[in-house]
Amino acid sequence: MARMKFVCDAERCIECNGCVTACKNEHEVPWGVNRRRVVTLNDGVPGERSISVACMHCSDAPCMAVCPVNCFYRTDEGVVLHDKDICIGCGYCSYACPFGAPQFPTAGVFGVRGKMDKCTFCAGGPEANGSQAEFEKYGRNRLAEGKLPACAEMCSTKALLAGDGDVVADIFRARVVQRGKGAEVWGWGTAYGSKQAGQPPQGAKS
Amino acid sequence: MKRFITVISAIAAVFVLVACGEKPQIAKTGGNDVAPFQGATNGFVAAGWKPGDKTSWEQSLKARANNTQNEYSKVR
Repeated sequence: MARMKFVCDAERCIECNGCVTACKNEHEVPWGVNRRRVVTLNDGVPGERSISVACMHCSDAPCMAVCPVNCFYRTDEGVVLHDKDICIGCGYCSYACPFGAPQFPTAGVFGVRGKMDKCTFCAGGPEANGSQAEFEKYGRNRLAEGKLPACAEMCSTKALLAGDGDVVADIFRARVVQRGKGAEVWGWGTAYGSKQAGQPPQGAKS
Repeated sequence: MKRFITVISAIAAVFVLVACGEKPQIAKTGGNDVAPFQGATNGFVAAGWKPGDKTSWEQSLKARANNTQNEYSKVR
């Protein structure tokens, strides 16, 4: 089995924030933590693009690399998880992450950060699968229930795909082939600028 | 000379004692995390796969992804 991955199809995302709401509700995420966020470029301008961003479960996770107490681990499916019992709330992972995934609740007094919280790919944590203890700390463990992450399952336009990397890639490829465009959002042109990036939408409707 | 050798041996013995008593400094986080294909015990487990069977879990996730996230499997 390939690694578990997220892909957000920027052609389809309508910034409904259904994924954000689904995640927040499913895991009863504490105040001040936004495990998933929708980022919109050129908001209000025709041709705006939105992308849903959460933890990317990196292969070489910078959060894991910088943690001074080694509270991170990666499961066999490639999901990056952490142990809140070991976490000391230093915030290094939050500084290191390029996506701003590790976050801290704002409910602490005197500026106390508390334990880091982040997207778990709905895979819970080190506690027993589906147990109350796991739910209280990390939220629902949907992977252990044979389900996909709540954000992807609740996406209204199916912009956000989650699951086995091979499967997700196949679905995305089918879409790109069908509509004739959309793959260029994830590429060199978007990151570094090219003739393709920033063109008004053309081609068949998806 | 004899006293010198005795002192050196005593210091060496202390070093050996300390070195043999050290635990390996390898942090193994998540070693007790149970794999997701083992299933959950909370009564919300989806039907159609066998908890404990990794292949069955993978197949069920693949089917779920194609049924819920890929509308081109129904409409083209």
